[in-house]
Amino acid sequence: MSGTPTTRDFKANASRAIANTQLTGNLKAVRQNFIDKRAKAVHALPEFEALRESGKEIKNHTLAHLDLYLEAYEKKVVETGGHVHFAADAAEARAIALDICRKVGAKTVTKGKSMITEEVGLNAYLEANGVIPVETDLGEYIIQLRGEAPSHIIAPAVHLNKNQIEGDFRRVHTHLDPGRDLTEKTSLLTEARGVLRESFLAADVGITGANFLIAETGTSVIVTNEGNGDLTQILPRVHIVFASIEKVVPTLEDASQILRLLARSATGQEMSVYTTFSTGPRRPGDPDGPEEYHVVILDNGRSAMLGGEFQDMLRCIRCAACMNHCPVYHQIGGHAYGWIYPGPMGAVLTPSLIGVDEAGHLPNASTFCGRCESVCPMKIPLPKMMRHWREREFERHLNPAVARHGLGFWAFFAKRPRLYALGARIAMKGMALLGRGKGSFKSLPGLSAWTKYRDFAVPEGETFQAKWARARKG
Amino acid sequence: MAAPIETPGAQTRPTVKSNPRVALFATCLVDTIRPTIGFAAAKLLEDAGCRVEVPRQTCCGQPAFNSGDRATTRALALQMIADFEGYDYIVVPSGSCGGMIKAHYPELFADDPNLAARAGRLAAKTFELVSFLTDVLGVTSVSARFEGDVTYHDSCSGLRELGIRNQPRRLLGTVEGLRLVEMKDADVCCGFGGTFAVKYGEISDKIVTEKAGNIEQTGAATLLAGDLGCLLNMAGKLSRRGAAVEVRHVAEVLAGMTDTPPIGKASPQARSRATAGSKEDPA
Repeated sequence: MSGTPTTRDFKANASRAIANTQLTGNLKAVRQNFIDKRAKAVHALPEFEALRESGKEIKNHTLAHLDLYLEAYEKKVVETGGHVHFAADAAEARAIALDICRKVGAKTVTKGKSMITEEVGLNAYLEANGVIPVETDLGEYIIQLRGEAPSHIIAPAVHLNKNQIEGDFRRVHTHLDPGRDLTEKTSLLTEARGVLRESFLAADVGITGANFLIAETGTSVIVTNEGNGDLTQILPRVHIVFASIEKVVPTLEDASQILRLLARSATGQEMSVYTTFSTGPRRPGDPDGPEEYHVVILDNGRSAMLGGEFQDMLRCIRCAACMNHCPVYHQIGGHAYGWIYPGPMGAVLTPSLIGVDEAGHLPNASTFCGRCESVCPMKIPLPKMMRHWREREFERHLNPAVARHGLGFWAFFAKRPRLYALGARIAMKGMALLGRGKGSFKSLPGLSAWTKYRDFAVPEGETFQAKWARARKG
Repeated sequence: MAAPIETPGAQTRPTVKSNPRVALFATCLVDTIRPTIGFAAAKLLEDAGCRVEVPRQTCCGQPAFNSGDRATTRALALQMIADFEGYDYIVVPSGSCGGMIKAHYPELFADDPNLAARAGRLAAKTFELVSFLTDVLGVTSVSARFEGDVTYHDSCSGLRELGIRNQPRRLLGTVEGLRLVEMKDADVCCGFGGTFAVKYGEISDKIVTEKAGNIEQTGAATLLAGDLGCLLNMAGKLSRRGAAVEVRHVAEVLAGMTDTPPIGKASPQARSRATAGSKEDPA
C-alpha cells in the first residue's frame, strides 16, 4: 500500500511520532532486538570484513553488466518453464500481476513479505479489482489488519506492541471465542497461523518477493523466519515473484556469499530459518510446486541511477542494519519518513524513486553520524549520497531560503579572513557582554531554534586568534 | 615548566622530524566560543616538542559541504590549502573538522588533478589533536592532574572517519586523580550534526536528551569529548536539565588547563560581580 507519499510533511510526521509515547516506547525494541545481536554475529565471524568487501565487489560487477545478467536470468527462467515480465514502473507491475490473476480466475492471493509490492501499491490495486490479497508474514498480516504501511523493511510491525496486536486480533477475528487467552506472544502467533492456514489452502495465486535472482540458474531466493513464504509459493497453482532489477546476481556462489552477510546484518542470525530457492514451475514428477511461475522485474527509476552518483545504492540487500543503528530512526520510527523506505537507506533511495522535490527532507534529516555506513554489509556510503542529494537541492534552490541566506552570510565572512576576524571579535565581545555573569544563555535572539531545547554557552569573549596574537607578542 | 612527556622508542609509527612545525587550526567554534581549547592544544603540542603556529584561519568549510554548497566548500578548502600547506603538520582539536580535511578535501577536487594532489598532501599531514599526539608523536602520557570521575563521549566523525577511540582514553588514564567511567552508548551520536541541531531541533532534542540521561547515569562529575560542536550541544542540554555535570574539551584536561570555568558555566567571580552590578544598576 504505497499510497500518496507524505515525505513533504516529514517534520510534522516526526513531531507527531515524538509526541506519541506509546510509539516511542515500542521503538525501543529496534535497539534491543537488533544491535547487540548483530554485533555478536559479526564478531563471531572473523572473515566478516572480507565478506563485506567481496559482497560489494559482486554487486558492483553485476551493476556494471546489469543488462547482460538480466538477459541471462530471463533466458534461464524461460528455459525452466517460467515467465519473466519487465515492468518499467509501478502501474505496469500492478497491471501485469492483475492480468495473471485474472487469467487464472484468482479470487484470493496469499503474499509473502515483499517490499516491491509495497512500493507499487499492489494490495490496494488488487483489492480494487476484486482480488483479495492476504499477507502471510506475521508483521505484514498485522499491519494489513490495521490498514498501515510497514514501518521497517524487515520488521514491518516493529512500531506496535503486543497489546495493540491483541486488540487488532480481537477486533478482526470475531469468529473466535472472545474469552480466549491471548496474553502470551506465542498465543498470538498460533492464532495468526490458524487463521492464515485457511488462506494458504484457498489461495489461487501466491506472491512473494525475492532477495536474489540468480542469473546462472534462473532461480529466485527468499529468506524468511516463519515459513510462510514457502506455503505462499508452493500451495497455490500460480507463483508470482516480485523483484527489482538490482536483485540479480551472477551465480549461486555469489548468492551464497551475500547470504552470509544478510541475516547477520539484519537479525544477527547466521542464517534465516528458511532460505528457499525456486526455479521454474513444477516439473513432471515433482511432489509439489506451482503450475505457473512468473517473475515481475520492476525498474521504477532504478535504471536511471546506474552510472550516476547514486548507483552504489543499488547494492542494498535490504537488511535494515542502517535503520536499526540510526539515532534519527530510533526517535521517530519508519512512518515519519512518509514513504515505503525509511531510515538512511530510504533517505537515499526515496528521492531517487519519487523525486527529491517530493522527498527533500529525508537526506537532510541526518546528523551524518556515519553509523549506518559503518554497519552496512554492502559498504554503501550512505552519508555521502545523502550529501549528494543536498547538493542537488542546493543547486536547484529547493532548500529553505532562511538556510540559504544564513549560509551565504556566514560564507561571505568565512571567505574573507580579515573581515571574519574583525567580525568575530566584535560579535564575541558583544555576546560575552550580553551574557556577562551567566554561563549560558537560556534564550538568544536569532538562535531560538537552538535555545528552544538547550542552553547556549556564553563565549569567553575574546577570539582565539586575537588572544594568541596578543599572548605571543608578549 | 618542562613537561615530562614520555615518547616510546621503536614503534610502528611514521618517523617524525624533531621539533616539527605545526599549524594549529583551532576551528571556527574554538576560535569564537572557547579559545581555552586552542591554548590547551598548543600547550600539548609544545610539550611534545612541536613548534606551534597559528596561521590566519576561518572555517574548514564543513557547514557549506554538508549543506550541499560545493562552490563555497571549494573556496574555503582552497583558502585552507593555501594558508596551511607550508607546514609539517596541521593539527585540529576536532575530529569533525579534522575529518573534513582528511577524508573529504581530496574528493572535492576530483575534477582537477593538480588541486586534488595538493588537497591529498594536506589531508595526509592533517591530524586530529589527540590522535596526532599518540599515533604520530608517540605520546603515551601527560603530566596533568584532575580530581574526580569523568565520562568520555566519542564524537562521530572522530570515531568513524578517523578511528579515534582508545587514544583519548589512554592519555586520560595517565592523568593523576582522574577516573574514567564509561557511559552507556558512548559511541552513539549526541544529536548535534551541525545545522541538523537547528533544522530538525525536535529530533535533535530527543537524541541529546537520551545522551544527557546516559551521561548523568554514570554519576561522573565531568563530561569530556573531542569536538566543541558536540560539547556545546551536550552542555546546553545538561544545563537546561539543571544537571550539575561539568563539560570540557578533552584537551583542557590533558593539558591541565582547567582554570577556565566549564563550558556553559560562569566563573564564581564573574557571577558575584554580575550580582553586585545588578544591585547597583537594576536596568
